[in-house]
Amino acid sequence: MNTTATRSATRPRRQNRAELGVSLLLALVGAAVVIDAARLNVPYSQSDPVGPRTVPFIVGGLLLVCAVTLTVNVLRGGRGEAEEGEDVDLSAPTEWRVVLPLLGAFLANILLIDVLGWVISGAMLFWGSAWALGSRHPVRDAGISVALALVTFYGFYVGLGILLPAGVLEGVL
Amino acid sequence: MDVWSSLLDGFATALTPMNMLYALVGVLLGTAVGVLPGLGPAMTVALLLPVTFALEPASAFIMFAGIYYGGMYGGSTTSILLNTPGESSSVVTAIEGHKMAKAGRAAQALATAAIGSFIAGTIGTLLLVVCAPVVVKFAVSLGNPSYLAIMVLSLLAVTAVLGNSRLRGFCALGLGLAVGLVGSDPVTGQQRLTFGMPLLVDGIDIVVVAVAIFAVGEALWVAAHLRRTAAHVIPVGQPWMGKEDWKRSWKPWLRGTAYGFPFGALPAGGAEIPTFLSYVTEKRLSKHPEEFGHGAIEGVAGPEAANNASAAGTLVPMLSLGLPTNATAAVMLAAFTQYGIQPGPLLFDREPKLVWALIASLFIGNVLLLVINLPLAPAWAKLLQIPRPYLYAGIVFFATLGAYSVNLQAFDLAILLVLGLLGFLMRRFGLPVLPLVLGVILGPRLEQQLRTSLQLSQGSISGLFSEPLAIVVYVIVALVLAWPLARRLRHGTSRSTIDTQQDAGPDVDAGDRGKVSSS
Repeated sequence: MNTTATRSATRPRRQNRAELGVSLLLALVGAAVVIDAARLNVPYSQSDPVGPRTVPFIVGGLLLVCAVTLTVNVLRGGRGEAEEGEDVDLSAPTEWRVVLPLLGAFLANILLIDVLGWVISGAMLFWGSAWALGSRHPVRDAGISVALALVTFYGFYVGLGILLPAGVLEGVL
Repeated sequence: MDVWSSLLDGFATALTPMNMLYALVGVLLGTAVGVLPGLGPAMTVALLLPVTFALEPASAFIMFAGIYYGGMYGGSTTSILLNTPGESSSVVTAIEGHKMAKAGRAAQALATAAIGSFIAGTIGTLLLVVCAPVVVKFAVSLGNPSYLAIMVLSLLAVTAVLGNSRLRGFCALGLGLAVGLVGSDPVTGQQRLTFGMPLLVDGIDIVVVAVAIFAVGEALWVAAHLRRTAAHVIPVGQPWMGKEDWKRSWKPWLRGTAYGFPFGALPAGGAEIPTFLSYVTEKRLSKHPEEFGHGAIEGVAGPEAANNASAAGTLVPMLSLGLPTNATAAVMLAAFTQYGIQPGPLLFDREPKLVWALIASLFIGNVLLLVINLPLAPAWAKLLQIPRPYLYAGIVFFATLGAYSVNLQAFDLAILLVLGLLGFLMRRFGLPVLPLVLGVILGPRLEQQLRTSLQLSQGSISGLFSEPLAIVVYVIVALVLAWPLARRLRHGTSRSTIDTQQDAGPDVDAGDRGKVSSS
């Protein structure tokens, strides 16, 4: 916990500017909610005096107010406290070399799952994620990946009656 | 029907061999996953939600009961042996627990945590049995305006009281409410925020939201800051306590329970405040105050009991009003909805079998925890050594599998990724995740209550205040919102912790205490 103190001393400005991105996100979402609600029809109805637009307007308004307030807060030096955890080392900067390949593995699975089937794409997902996270035992990882994918495939089918896509292995499995 | 005979019926349901097996599996899974660093009970339930859809609702909830208490217990094991709690409610346990472990008293720390959890959990569940029907009786007399007010209070309280920055809590709440709006409007059937995508018309599946925020977001966040040096785990044998330890533990257990349950049962419950209060109380009452900070057993016994009692207390608003106040309860509420069961006062009438089976299995889960986990502690400690790449790759793998298996649509995985990235951002910039998840779950219900309330009053705003309770609750809401302002006025400068957080950035101590963490 005492790392927090040193961290706040060593990482001052950059996070500040990055945090304005959160304000931007809030503003964008808020604007989207308001604009989307504005195009809704509000039929006159006794049974629904509130109509479909009221709540989106409130939510959008809340988001826009939050965006402005957060901007002010950040510019005045306020800072969101990054979450700590058992395996989280906040003294190191964000490791994009880990995150990006991990996202890549995730994305690949989204694109491939319906084509290749769960067994192949799921195994690739686990293998890729483990590799991204720093495992350097490709062969052992491959064994674990395939085993996990097969076990879940059959486990879901036999145990839960859910047939995950077999993809190119249709007929083999 | 009499409460106790209903409870007996609940035991009859829960004690069938199959359901016992589910309880056992739940306890084991809950503890195992709770022990694993970075995984908390909320994530466990979220990851297992899809799997349980193939089960009978009663069996599924029996399993959830096991996971619920198991996850709590597992979290405290981690904080004692590793000193880096993943859950805010275990923070206080770690203070003394880890010191005890370092001083070679890990076995006693684990034992007092386990037995204290058992006692607090059992008393807490008994209180739940007594309180829930009373609350239900009261709640059925309430109309929509009062419900609306209570929901508003619970949302605002979780947002404003629990986080360490109210502003960031509201940011998270707003995002959650926005996600909850996606889909077709229940009254007019018009599509909101679907951007023409037919797959969004039914709204975003709450399971996908929960898995994305709790599991994917967490995995990405840890991946970005993965600790490269292996964590030092203190080896432990069979937990046990000597006579002196018992003598020093039993009062803190009871006092901790007394703190934990009421706080958990409040609409703005949470385990952070009672665990902290319990710690402070024990420190003051202890005959060995000099041991505090160096591994005092009272400092583990009290907060652990408070933690578990609060977990039991949380189930009161959750079952009787349909209001979740912590992350795990939120996910369990999502599970209820998935089964087409509407939690709330009518639940006890409509699904008595299910509710009482759930409550009975809380008792059973507690006993199982004690019986199984005391001998298994050394094995759980080994789990802490699992290679991190496998652990987090596994989370991503099972999160994907879980979200995909709900509808078998790759589209859900895209949503999972987007919301997972949001979860990552929120962790990075200190936005608490609980308000978001509650916003997604409660937002649509809030809107429905609002529309019904004003329909009854034919559009007149006075319809919101047509019941005395609603007015009382709105006054409390106003007080909750005005509280930091009043404090600031009284103290002149921004001395209060909440305000310093908001204006000038984090304050480490208060931050640890107040942080609403999901995992």
